[in-house]
Amino acid sequence: MNQNKQTTFTLDGKTIPFSPGQTLIQAAMAAGVYIPHLCFNPEFKPHGSCKVCTVKADGRQTSSCTHQAQDGMMVESNTREINDERRALLQMLFVEGNHFCPSCEKSGSCQLQATAYEMGMMSPHFDHFFPDRPLDASHPDYLLDFNRCILCSLCVRASRDVDGKNVFALSGRGIESHLIVNAKSGRLADTGFSGEDKAAHVCPVGVILKKRVGFAIPIGSRSFDEQPISATPHPQGACPVGPRSNAATLPPHPTVKDV
Amino acid sequence: MSSLLETAAHPENLRRVAIDPISRVEGHGKVTILLDDKNRVHQVRLHIVEFRGFEKFIQGRPYWEVPVMVQRLCGICPVSHHLAASKALDAIVGAKYLTPTAEKNRRLMHYGQILQSHALHFFHLCSPDLLFGFDSDVAKRNIVGVAEKYPETARRGILLRKFGQEVIRHTAGKRVHGTGAVPGGVNKSLSIAERDELLRDIYQMVAWSRDAVQMVKELHHRNPALYNSFGAFRANFMSMVGFDGGLDLYHGQLRGRDENGNMLFDGVDYQNYTDLIGEEVKNWSYMKFPYLKPLGKEKGWYRVGPMSRIQNCDFISTPLAEIERRAFIAYSGVMPMHAPLGYHWTRMIEMLHAAEMIKDLLHNDDITGSDLIVTGERGFEGVGVIEAPRGTLIHHYRVDENDLVTMCNLIVSTTHNNQAMNEAVRRVAQQYLHGHEITEGLLNHIEVAVRAFDPCLSCATHALGKMPLEVEVLNEAGERLSFLSRTGDGVLG
Repeated sequence: MNQNKQTTFTLDGKTIPFSPGQTLIQAAMAAGVYIPHLCFNPEFKPHGSCKVCTVKADGRQTSSCTHQAQDGMMVESNTREINDERRALLQMLFVEGNHFCPSCEKSGSCQLQATAYEMGMMSPHFDHFFPDRPLDASHPDYLLDFNRCILCSLCVRASRDVDGKNVFALSGRGIESHLIVNAKSGRLADTGFSGEDKAAHVCPVGVILKKRVGFAIPIGSRSFDEQPISATPHPQGACPVGPRSNAATLPPHPTVKDV
Repeated sequence: MSSLLETAAHPENLRRVAIDPISRVEGHGKVTILLDDKNRVHQVRLHIVEFRGFEKFIQGRPYWEVPVMVQRLCGICPVSHHLAASKALDAIVGAKYLTPTAEKNRRLMHYGQILQSHALHFFHLCSPDLLFGFDSDVAKRNIVGVAEKYPETARRGILLRKFGQEVIRHTAGKRVHGTGAVPGGVNKSLSIAERDELLRDIYQMVAWSRDAVQMVKELHHRNPALYNSFGAFRANFMSMVGFDGGLDLYHGQLRGRDENGNMLFDGVDYQNYTDLIGEEVKNWSYMKFPYLKPLGKEKGWYRVGPMSRIQNCDFISTPLAEIERRAFIAYSGVMPMHAPLGYHWTRMIEMLHAAEMIKDLLHNDDITGSDLIVTGERGFEGVGVIEAPRGTLIHHYRVDENDLVTMCNLIVSTTHNNQAMNEAVRRVAQQYLHGHEITEGLLNHIEVAVRAFDPCLSCATHALGKMPLEVEVLNEAGERLSFLSRTGDGVLG
């Protein structure tokens, strides 16, 4: 076998090069190809929970954020069948929580909203759960609005793996799953959370919010006003993990605007 | 607070005629009329049966979310709620004074709102009544009929409204439900390109607004018997005026006059509005009946909106609108104008003022400045008042130490006019219905009276005349004697 041969797989008919150890989504992002996702962030270990990045690899459905690329693999992503399933997943996320985009300050910079637009979601389809989820406004500088939590666990991973604090965790099972903070009182103010933490800046939706910022960014300047999420592979500002064989073709990685 | 025809002495043997629904923007309303066997009117009520709930579900939300959330109360003048809430929350962030750029951009947004709302109301919704007659052919009594017979008038109405919407889009980010105002200021100022784009058309808008005033003025002069008496009733006036006594739709202090035009109060700081205004609840309407506390419930009800503002202020700062204000005052004579159709004239004077203000603001360098937000000592309670297109709008909030809203009280323009609209409907019923058979034209007379106030309860005014109506006459046993309905496309059934 030729040691210098570039390993590749085929994604929707396009040849995608990859390096050993790269997952499908990592290689696709490095090649500038968008695969919809929510719980994946290249800065953190894949979680594989939201299933929005599901693709069909050699005829079998799998999470592209956890599935390692293999030479010669045939992968389908942007197909009607898979996008229909992604849309249904997004609709379920919308009805499980309380996502009132019209008055949400994350609107325009929210990955859930942007992904729903990307997938052509026109309605929630399912009945809303309207769960009762009180806010945690105890911290002087940060607010937790649990209404919008999609259980992506990015804050859990950031606090545990980067901040070394374990401020956040997911508790409960199944439909009872919910985000908790590490304090007997259950209040963010009584944890070791700080605005300097990585966990304060990774929420893809509108749960962890810096207080008193609100709608400071005008319409037209928000993360996804100018271009859809498919043209902004990871708005947290992180670069894809691993070698980028086709980095020159990567679109820019804008940061989520924070004030 | 009660008045003639509010409650019949012996309702048990009277026929009940109901206009239900009066299609509305913000819920449901109806008019009920009790008649005896000779069609004499004994009781007339305008019922507002809407329930919105914003005051409740804003509780527990972070205060900075409020201006964007509460504007969803309305799709017609959301800017008014957006700005009233922002003004109230300026006190929470300790912004005693805004930067010149912030205040001017908020004002620009507000005048854009006034322009588009007044143009929509007059041209699209009321001009068919005024140009064709209240009981004219229903098939043509709509904006399409106006466009056929008076194409230039219809075109100007549409373009005036469009221009106002563009002003809102450039200041708030969207034509409807934008985000421009934030506690302490604004999140953007006008760009040079946006300013120049608006400057291209503003002179035409001023000219067309002036023509609109002439048009409604001529209608009054041509038929004073109708315009001076239709649905007329005497009432107090209230509005905000500028600190110099001039017309100011964005900021100032409260002033009230009695039915003879004499000053009741002046220079009232709206932060103390609860000392001035009480709200009475009646068991037949979900809308409260505000009244001036010093005058009591019986005599304290009042009118708000364009006719109050134009007659309450000492002057208008822009020259063309001031000329028209003086002409209106001269027409009215010594006593104030009380006839509801006077609202149309004064509304057009305000539209002209708004266009002139937009022109002036576009020529002011502050409008493109970069100093957008100020903050100061944190507050925990704030009241914001603005003169919305339909009248005085009051927003009042309390916020806790964790930044969450604990109390919200809103008194919207249409609520102030509740008793006044009831009175207008009663007068029209007396003038036109008393002793007559019910006809579609009669229904429209009642609508015309309600419409004059431009209430935010009316698809009558905001669905291009497609106001479905049903009137039924029942006997004392509740059996239907006659029934008349009109569908959304004007078909009588």
